Parts: sequence; C-alpha cells; structure tokens
Amino acid sequence: MPSLIEKFINQHMFITVVLATASILSGCTEMPESHPPGEPFDPYEETNREIHEFNVDLDRQIVRPTGLGVTKAIPDDLEDGLGNFVSNLSLPGAAVNNLIQGNMKGAWNDTTRFAVNSTVGLLGVFDAASDMGMAEATNTNLSETLYIWGVQDGAYTELPLLGPSTGRDAVGTIGSVLTNPLNYLFNTPQSYVSIAATLLNAFSARGRNADLVDSVLYESADSYAQSRTIYLQNRQFRYARDDADGYLDDYEDPYQ
Amino acid sequence: MKKLSRRLSLQYGAGAIIGFLLPSRVIALSENHAKILIENVASDINTIINSGKSGAALTGDVEKLFKRYADLDIIAKTTLGRDSRRASSAQLRAFSRAFSGYMARKYSKVFREFEGGRIEIEGIRKVKSWHEVKTGVYLRGRSKIQVLFLVSDKSGKDLFFDMIIEGISLRLTERTEITAMLERRKGDINALTEDLKKAG
Repeated sequence: MPSLIEKFINQHMFITVVLATASILSGCTEMPESHPPGEPFDPYEETNREIHEFNVDLDRQIVRPTGLGVTKAIPDDLEDGLGNFVSNLSLPGAAVNNLIQGNMKGAWNDTTRFAVNSTVGLLGVFDAASDMGMAEATNTNLSETLYIWGVQDGAYTELPLLGPSTGRDAVGTIGSVLTNPLNYLFNTPQSYVSIAATLLNAFSARGRNADLVDSVLYESADSYAQSRTIYLQNRQFRYARDDADGYLDDYEDPYQ
Repeated sequence: MKKLSRRLSLQYGAGAIIGFLLPSRVIALSENHAKILIENVASDINTIINSGKSGAALTGDVEKLFKRYADLDIIAKTTLGRDSRRASSAQLRAFSRAFSGYMARKYSKVFREFEGGRIEIEGIRKVKSWHEVKTGVYLRGRSKIQVLFLVSDKSGKDLFFDMIIEGISLRLTERTEITAMLERRKGDINALTEDLKKAG
C-alpha cells in the first residue's frame, strides 16, 4: 500500500499537467451548431481511445486486483465506514460550491450534515445524519457549479486514471482540490490521511462493484463507447436534479 | 314543452357530465394499469433481490421478469436502430429471442448489486405517449438509487419499454452496445444474433 500511495503522489504532478493540457484542449472546443443532438461530442476520439486503453490496462494490472483484495480483506461494515468517512470529507467542498451556486438550502444541509457526522458520527465513519432523517447530501462539486454558471461543456475527454470527463468537468476536477476547505485547514500528515482514505475507498468501491464494472470494461463490445454513454447519461441526470424532464430532451418514442 | 326542455337540459347535462368525466377516467384507468404493472414488477424485484440466488437461478428469474413485464420486442428492435429496417421478420424474431437471454444475464448483475435492498414506488406521471413510474431502490449504507420504468400499452398490453437507473437508460445504453457488436460483424445481423447468445 505505501508504495502505491507514494506512486500516486509522485504522479500527482504528471496528472495535473495532463489534466491541464486536456482541459485546455477540450475546454476550448465549442460544439458546432450542426452537431446532432443526442450524439456525444467527441472530436478527440482517437486520443481518448488511447487513454482508455491505458486506463483499462491500469485497471487490469493494478486497480482491479487491488480492489478485489481490499474488499476481501476489509469486513463490509468497515468498508461502509470508510465510504462514509470519505463522503463526509467531501461535504465542506460541496457546501462552498452550493454557496457559489446560490443554493443556500443545500449549503446549510451539507454544513449541518458535516457537523453532525464529524461529531456524533465519529469523524464521519457513521452516517448519523441519515439515521436522524436529515436531508441527503447534495453531492455537488465545482463541475456542477461551472455548469450552472453556463460554462461551455467542451469536448468529451477521457482522463488518465480518472476516466470519463469533459473539458468543463476536467477543469472542475482540478479546481475542486482548490475549493476543498479541508486542504487549507490541514497540513501533512492529515492530508495524507484523506488522500489515503480516498484512494483506499476507490479500490474498495472497485472491488465491491466488480461485476458491474467488469461488465462495462471487459465484457462489452466497445468498452470506450459504453463508458462514454453511461457517463454522459448519468451526468445529465445528476445535473437535472429536480427537473424530472431532464432526460426527455433527446429521448425518442420507440413506438413511432 | 316545458317538460321537453327540462328533459333535454337534463340529457345535455348528463351528457356534459359524462363527456367531462370520460377522458379523465380513461387517463386514470391507464395510469392505474401502469401503476399495477410496476407494482407487480417491484414486488417481483423485491423477491429476486432478497432470494439470495445467484448464477443461473438468478438469471432465470430475471429473464422471467423481463418476459412477463417488458416489451422485449420493441427494446430489441430499437437497439438495432436503423438496421432493424433491413432485417427480415425471422431475423428480428431470432435477434429478439437472443436479446432476451442477453438482457437477463447482463441485468442480473445489476440486480445482484441491489441484493438485500428494497424497491418502492414513489410516483407516476404521464410523459409524451407513455407513463413514467418512478421508483427508489433503498440499500443499506447507500443513498437511494432512482429507477424509472417507462410503461406503454402500444404493444396491445401494458409493458415497460425502458428501465432508467440513475439516468442511465437500458435501451439507449444497449443501443450503443448492439451498434458496436454489429459493427464488429460488419453489419451481419445473423452473426450478431449468434454473438448475443454468448454475451452478457
């Protein structure tokens, strides 16, 4: 494990450079008016597919086996606790983004949730807020803030290690590191704890959802196209929030 | 004369009331049908995800569920997209049969993720030409998963033609997959059908 974390940190610079390049490239790419609705806007498909190959190799060699090992080694209850702990860490960043989005209710929800889970929930390991019937976390982030502000989505982009994204989402991903207040409050070693927990949780999630992820990455005829459509559909759903008609824009009546 | 006009106005009145009530009753009726269908689907899903079954037994239950409540023919046909137009009806039938088994194998993995949880109906509304039934899957230690069922009676029976999990439409996702599979076979629908029998 330590060697993996070291590797991750060493690669951090590399990832940042790649992310910045990718987002500059695709963030500036405006979708032409003539683009058919419902079709993914993917002008860099060739490069994206190469990065996808890299990601699948990385998954096959490191992420998948580690994930299966992690989920086998850690009892389910502890994995739940780890997931809660990591979700809790994301709340201050979400609260800040809610503020910027003008969603005061969401900001209040996420802040009180963080307060309750960090104390009653023992540093977030237990989701005491949900047990008390508090509102669900908004799960918002900088990418959604940029969306709400009307920033152009840019081209579909598969990022190394991080997977499916778009120009706008890639900018949001880099920026979210900057908007997470926890990064300012803590210096090492606490920040290592949060990086390690986030990484461990990612492995645990990979292991726990092995069947589903495997079916996309290894059993589909075109895993690149599958990941792309799943990502874009799910993102549209998340951004639609309370707008129940979100999915209907490009949805055709199959009986016509 | 007075009597006649009274009778007329009564008749008109009754007619107006019936005319007024009828469309809304018809709508309510089909809404009810959609709801009953998904109540049955939800009850079967709850049984499946709490049965502890896996492998072929689970796949068998999921296939039964799709065969009973889903319009598999229209789902299969629309995943072929424009290529469905050049397929013969025998080809379409064979494809649809293979597709049903493929869906069962693939989506039994989704149902396994729901193991130990419960699915509940949360609302129903009319959308375009169909009814959208909103359900939520509740799993311990996870936030609710939204699943929409789109129900139509255009096949002659109330059946669902899509299942949208957290915004991810089964029909649209499988359309991407089937397109890729068909491309790999250079457009040969028979070869695609053979591949589909082993896929998922």
